[in-house]
Amino acid sequence: MNRAHLPLILVPALALLALPLVGSLPSWATLTIAGLAMGMIIFVIASGLTLIFGLMDVLNFGHGAFISLGAYVAMAVMLPMAGSLETASFAATLAMLVPVTLAAMAVTGAIGLAFERVIIRPVYGQHLKQILITMGGMIVAEELIKAIWGPQQIPLNLPGSLKGSLLVGEAAIEKYRLLAVGIGLAVFLAMLWTLNRTKIGLLIRAGVQDREMVESLGYRIRTLFVGVFVAGSALAGLGGVLWGLYQQNITAAMGAQVNVLIFIVIIIGGLGSTAGCFVGALLVGLMANYTGFLAPKVALFSNILLMTAILLWRPQGLYPVANR
Amino acid sequence: MSDALLSLEGVETHIGRYHILHGVDFAVPKGELTMLLGRNGAGKTTTLRTIMGLWRASAGRVRFEGADIAALPTPAIAASGIAYVPENMGIFTDLTVAENMTLAARGAKRLADIDTARLEWIFGLFPALRKFWGSRAGVLSGGQKQMLAVARAIVEPRKLLLIDEPTKGLAPAIIGHMMDAFRELKRSGATILLVEQNFNFARALGDGVAVMDDGRIVHRGRMRELAEDEALQTRLLGLSLAAHQ
Repeated sequence: MNRAHLPLILVPALALLALPLVGSLPSWATLTIAGLAMGMIIFVIASGLTLIFGLMDVLNFGHGAFISLGAYVAMAVMLPMAGSLETASFAATLAMLVPVTLAAMAVTGAIGLAFERVIIRPVYGQHLKQILITMGGMIVAEELIKAIWGPQQIPLNLPGSLKGSLLVGEAAIEKYRLLAVGIGLAVFLAMLWTLNRTKIGLLIRAGVQDREMVESLGYRIRTLFVGVFVAGSALAGLGGVLWGLYQQNITAAMGAQVNVLIFIVIIIGGLGSTAGCFVGALLVGLMANYTGFLAPKVALFSNILLMTAILLWRPQGLYPVANR
Repeated sequence: MSDALLSLEGVETHIGRYHILHGVDFAVPKGELTMLLGRNGAGKTTTLRTIMGLWRASAGRVRFEGADIAALPTPAIAASGIAYVPENMGIFTDLTVAENMTLAARGAKRLADIDTARLEWIFGLFPALRKFWGSRAGVLSGGQKQMLAVARAIVEPRKLLLIDEPTKGLAPAIIGHMMDAFRELKRSGATILLVEQNFNFARALGDGVAVMDDGRIVHRGRMRELAEDEALQTRLLGLSLAAHQ
């Protein structure tokens, strides 16, 4: 087998390994779908961050701010529709959720543009300053969210048609988790298409490898980076909506909590690699759900163990980006 | 020089606290292949990178078609018609050969937009590229990567090619192939500034020559004159071309 395809086996391997440990097929199916849903949401959030790092070597610890902001904007837009969302059909619910997510992505994308200009741009090439100032930016964003919407946890109820489960055999599969898997897959496929079939995608892939050469070919990598940063922030906003609905409540600190997971994912995947980010996110989602069921006390640091094991195998992550 | 396409006038370059180029002056005439020679560490690569704006000139002028481009950003310098092949070739190894070429063709939104006749001409120069067209550039041999690097620089007509050590680490047979390709490029009227350590390659191809030492131009003239003067070669380069026969 091609060495490049080896990491792809990890996801089914982890799922199959968990089957005898979980014991019951219906419970395993429920946990696997939950893990895939969580993984897909994390992928949506982390995919922008890994490209941001890959393209400009920028460590954005403030990425979590866009997750929280996306969730709060969605909550604000959903609030007046609460009654309709509770009773609408599945198709009508999706039709109402489209403007909700678009609003969250538009706001986080716009704030991302300002974040890049004001916070990131002055610290290009200075990792320590990037870490400090982006973490500071996230703290400021959290406090602004508290000032606008209050410090308390806010429930974000699932629309009526997304509540409950589908019974497949004896396995109960939550409807929302299936939807999250579908959205995550759609984002992944759209990203693959953009990266592999468009010139902008080619430029991003080339820029992740050797940005100096991309500039020498006549392309402005900074302009490209701003575009990727805005798109990455908007995806984090979308991820925030999905995560908020997944948890069914939101807090200003939710982004900071997810931040840890997304950094684990992009390190596991190989900094700058979209395919690695996808595999890493699915592994993290599955691992969190299986260990949460099998050994709740281990669940908190199970993904750190996973990251350690993968880095011992491949020190630069599952898909190291060449020339870095 | 009135027909100079590119000229450097008193160019100084600092990298961090190191002063690398000290008042570099030379010109690249239009339609000629100018060799930039010198020992390791003489400042040849720094000169090319300074022309491309990858390292900023701290003083002096870099004139291209009469306009000073020293303060322009690299993408603008490239867009003005200068193609650059760096010493490490700058190949995007995760991309296919076709994708590398598509990126280099700024006017092409997709592969199909590349001028087919020009592509055939390039395949004539470097047949291996046709064979590996859909393969990842990372699987190419060193010589094939160098061919791709040069092919990328000429995928669209450019006014000036800056090429850094195209024969570095290549087998003699591949160097011969590369020499043929450069002869064809010269016949096409291309203007080239070529950094080289292989003296035979330089002698066979060069029209003009500039020799650098310790960040300065220590000789300017015609390649033919340098090739015939062993004493001058020994003084400027530390050894004669005859020693490389």
